[in-house]
Amino acid sequence: MKNITTDICVVGAGPVGLFAVFEAGLLKMRCHVVDALPAVGGQLTEIYPKKPIYDIPGFPEVLAGDLVKNLQKQIEPFHPTFTLGERVEHLNKLEDGTIQVTTVDGTEINCKAVFIAGGLGSFEPRKPAIPNLEKYESHGIDYMVKDPEKYRGKRIVIAGGGDSALDWTIFLADVAEELTLVHRGSSFRGAPESADKVAALAAAGKIKLQLNANVVEVHGENSLKAVIVQPDKGDSHALEVDYFIPLFGLVPKLGPIDQWGLELEKGAIVVNTFDYSTNIPGVYAIGDINTYPGKLKLILCGFHESALAAQSAYKLVFPDKKFSLKYTTVNGIQEL
Amino acid sequence: MENMINLFVQQENGERLKLEAPTDMGLSVMEVLKAHELEVQAMCGGMAICATCHVEVLESGELPEQSEDEAYMLESLPHAVAGSRLSCQLRVSPELDGLVVRIMPEA
Repeated sequence: MKNITTDICVVGAGPVGLFAVFEAGLLKMRCHVVDALPAVGGQLTEIYPKKPIYDIPGFPEVLAGDLVKNLQKQIEPFHPTFTLGERVEHLNKLEDGTIQVTTVDGTEINCKAVFIAGGLGSFEPRKPAIPNLEKYESHGIDYMVKDPEKYRGKRIVIAGGGDSALDWTIFLADVAEELTLVHRGSSFRGAPESADKVAALAAAGKIKLQLNANVVEVHGENSLKAVIVQPDKGDSHALEVDYFIPLFGLVPKLGPIDQWGLELEKGAIVVNTFDYSTNIPGVYAIGDINTYPGKLKLILCGFHESALAAQSAYKLVFPDKKFSLKYTTVNGIQEL
Repeated sequence: MENMINLFVQQENGERLKLEAPTDMGLSVMEVLKAHELEVQAMCGGMAICATCHVEVLESGELPEQSEDEAYMLESLPHAVAGSRLSCQLRVSPELDGLVVRIMPEA
């Protein structure tokens, strides 16, 4: 899908973004949801799927991952559409009053209102502080493995000690011509079975393991040619490589949203608590990404905000219709 | 005052900023830093999952041990140092009196 027309574009597929689909659906507004991550659920899926949450009304205890599953089920009748794995880049107001949201891969979503439910922002790879790193980005330095085949027959260095560094080391051991894993620590705290597998691969000579060491320099011309590895003790040495893959987890960043002309305060979007609208007409911000006096970053507050934003957006989507509050106990859920 | 301790934040110019913190409110050092509007993002709110409250402990008495979560996060940070801690995991307690930290820049 490259060109989508909908009523509301929801930016962010976390719990608040998903529930906004429900609140919009009750008012017969269709939603298209965009998220930079490949799965729905936002930080609940990405960071703490197995952690229990205790402050969702009606659920004395619910695992974050289960809450996401329930929300997905709850919005099913409204048949939302999704663009996952694409970060939103641009927001433009068109002459006819509609809003166009464009993703990094060029997907265009035309809508009447935008709900920014971006949570902490988009999760971007944490980059190590190595000089000239940017110079070789996409020219030998990758922060995530998108297409493992790219590394077939190549010499690669992976840096990091977390689960993704271990998992990709195991996976790419058979693909790459030569693989070195460089880790700052002396052991791995990730999944023990992965750590054991990496140790076994190193013992069998299939990979090289450099513990207590850091990649400190990158060198090349147009593309990366070598990295310098500095052990805690002893002299540094150069490794000739085709690819360097630093895997140090993800860190949340507001991203391109801060270029949209929205009023911001300390990295959060300022909203009017009447309807959680921003300074751009038709654009609302709900959940952890907004700020207002008394703001609490709680899922339950985001749920409330989505209900109020939806009733306000109703006037934009159906300018000729009068809004009336409908109770689900009276009307049930009417499929869209 | 009773139930109050002093924490110090070492600034880039070497000066130490003194912060008073109550020990009876269940606060973390991160929350004290934020309350004083210092440059800590602490995006995840204290779950030891974002590392945006990363500090280097420069001086301290005995500190509480790192939990598995904190140790895992610190180990996976590219720029962590020997004294690195996540300030959200340090509870303000009488033992922390006199703690000196430096707020670590983000990677």
